Amino acid sequence: MTSTTEQFADLSATTLLRFATAGSVDDGKSTLVGRLLHDSKSVLTDQLEAVEHASRSRGQETPDLALLTDGLRAEREQGITIDVAYRYFATSRRRFILADTPGHVQYTRNMVTGASTADLALVLVDARNGVVEQTRRHAAVAALLRVPHVVLAVNKMDLVDYAEPVFAAIAEEFTRYATALGVPEITAIPLSALAGDNVVEPSAHMDWYGGPTVLEHLETVPVSHDLTGCHARFPVQYVIRPRTAEHPDYRGYAGQIAAGAFRVGERITVLPSGRTSTIEAIDALGDPVDIAWAPQSVTIRLADDIDISRGDLIAPADDAPPTSQDVEATVCHVADTPLTLGQRVLLKHTTRTVKALVKEIPSRLTLDDLSQHPQPGRLVANDIGRVRLRTAEPLALDAYADSRRTGSFLLIDPADGTTLAAGMAGESFAGSDASAAEKATEEEGWDF
Amino acid sequence: MTTLVNVHEATDSPFALSHLDSLESEAVHIFREVAGEFERPVILFSGGKDSIVMLHLALKAFAPAPVPFTLLHVDTGHNFPEVLEYRDRTVAAHGLRLHVASVQDYIDDGRLRERPDGTRNPLQTVPLTEAIRQHRFDAVFGGGRRDEEKARAKERVFSLRDEFSQWDPRRQRPELWQLYNGRHAPGEHVRVFPLSNWTELDVWQYIQREDIALPRIYFAHEREVFARDGMWLAPGAWGGPRDGERVEKRLVRYRTVGDMSCTGAVDSDATTLDAVIAEIAASRLTERGATRADDKMSEAAMEDRKREGYF
Repeated sequence: MTSTTEQFADLSATTLLRFATAGSVDDGKSTLVGRLLHDSKSVLTDQLEAVEHASRSRGQETPDLALLTDGLRAEREQGITIDVAYRYFATSRRRFILADTPGHVQYTRNMVTGASTADLALVLVDARNGVVEQTRRHAAVAALLRVPHVVLAVNKMDLVDYAEPVFAAIAEEFTRYATALGVPEITAIPLSALAGDNVVEPSAHMDWYGGPTVLEHLETVPVSHDLTGCHARFPVQYVIRPRTAEHPDYRGYAGQIAAGAFRVGERITVLPSGRTSTIEAIDALGDPVDIAWAPQSVTIRLADDIDISRGDLIAPADDAPPTSQDVEATVCHVADTPLTLGQRVLLKHTTRTVKALVKEIPSRLTLDDLSQHPQPGRLVANDIGRVRLRTAEPLALDAYADSRRTGSFLLIDPADGTTLAAGMAGESFAGSDASAAEKATEEEGWDF
Repeated sequence: MTTLVNVHEATDSPFALSHLDSLESEAVHIFREVAGEFERPVILFSGGKDSIVMLHLALKAFAPAPVPFTLLHVDTGHNFPEVLEYRDRTVAAHGLRLHVASVQDYIDDGRLRERPDGTRNPLQTVPLTEAIRQHRFDAVFGGGRRDEEKARAKERVFSLRDEFSQWDPRRQRPELWQLYNGRHAPGEHVRVFPLSNWTELDVWQYIQREDIALPRIYFAHEREVFARDGMWLAPGAWGGPRDGERVEKRLVRYRTVGDMSCTGAVDSDATTLDAVIAEIAASRLTERGATRADDKMSEAAMEDRKREGYF
């Protein structure tokens, strides 16, 4: 969708927020997304006309805003969202990329997809029902994927007389649960997507609420650019060697900085070889710079002519990750064919793809009932489980808790290229504080 | 109040990237992934603004080395002459190789038949998919953006196509983090959309920031047009005007460029980039809603064409 804004003069200086929505089938997620787009004036006349036309031809009297977001024939036929859709809108303060993810249990993989790149997850609950299993599932996925900010949107406040105690109880229960899972920041907002309370405009019905509307929060939530304490990581994507008369000796390592910052003059180590050199120059898409940081795409040149190719990782000499052929991780299985013990797969980590063997599947968590099964032998679609993998070559893998970019990987079926699973290296959930989560949920087995 | 976060301004950090820098960095990453993983990539280049921005990004991604891709244009035979001239000039200026797949050739030798409505846009699918097969392209860059249309909102950045170039929206690979899976069997290929996350306004702001030259039909100019189905179409050998359709001179510009038979002009006095950006920011119509007849054919016109192999 094309975005419009009232002020466009200095929009090129605004920042970008990527966020994902999650909600159960009847929590009103499509209405909320439709309301957000509509009230922020991001729905244009021809799109609204198309929705009105389609709604009328189905015999609906009012425009069904869900039709704005359900783009596929099958989705409109069934009235459900099947796949992640990406929406774009803007205000004078920020640009937004919204990953609109389906709420069905069987589409957990789609929420994982949406959450993998999100800075914020918006979890919807129905004020009449409060925190339900599905809500806990969404909180768990947000925690697992380490989405930095979570917003609890308590919807349908109009149906509980805009009562503060209802909201406060839900917000408290959710916050306790999500905090125990390690979600760092939680904001709870009472709203009515249907009536438009606290979505874009502040509600006239909830004087007791002094916080931001959903849009206001999205516009102001800080996106972390704090690079201090980040381990600098640069996966080499492509080697640029023009070999032209003008640039006979140019040899640059192109890539996108995955984490932290790199400076000219810095001593670096190349993994997995372990060779060291010094950064001689950094080219930021045409301009030489002294410093570059994540997620800039740059080209790095080194003082020494050492053997480096796609798949190698450049890191500070005094802060290089260990390399290993044994990977322990949490995976979310995203394919229809199962992942089985002893299976041979490909593992794609940053720009490196290696052969790997599934050595062990110690446990499986089914988000359906939050139950844990030891040694399940295999993982099927939408399962989340722990795996131990042995790779054919050493990998420089960080813990996902330290870096979403260099701690994540894909498992791929070598036979047909299917993406089998999304992997997150190291411990699962913050601090692996299983006991706290158990207390909060009174469920067994956050043994992740 | 139960807000647990101290809300403060987001752009405090010296390390914050502007949204254009974020989008540029992401697109460059996508170009380099394809260069690193595929044997025979090609960029679809029409001389339209999205493909012009794609080429600009590719030039930046591999500088000071040349772009390691060839270009492909599917020429409907009804393209705007100014755009074809721009295309050839740009290809020559950067020393690139251009393949042209011609719809007219297919019609002339009977492999395709002209549609009764004279629209050639849907006819592009066959020459496109045959060119992909004939040249054994394994990655095909397109300038499609998810903001254009609701079926495109569901498109992946790396979109696997079978040996018939078909898109199956229900069998797409989940796309996680920035880990793009380009694996494909012989005969299959991957469509790649580096501008997936850009909006029309982003494209224009980037053109302005980078000072990228465009064909002049994107800016307001006096032009002979006639009205059909609520759009201003340019007269030409493609089949317009018909009886009862009156040609007049108007001040117009184009928001998209494509086949003359289905790409409409909009009334505009925007002769500069600043004016164009102001006009788009204020417009209450989407780019496609304003200027593309072929998308109005049915609620799922784009999805249906994409399934067959169209972009």
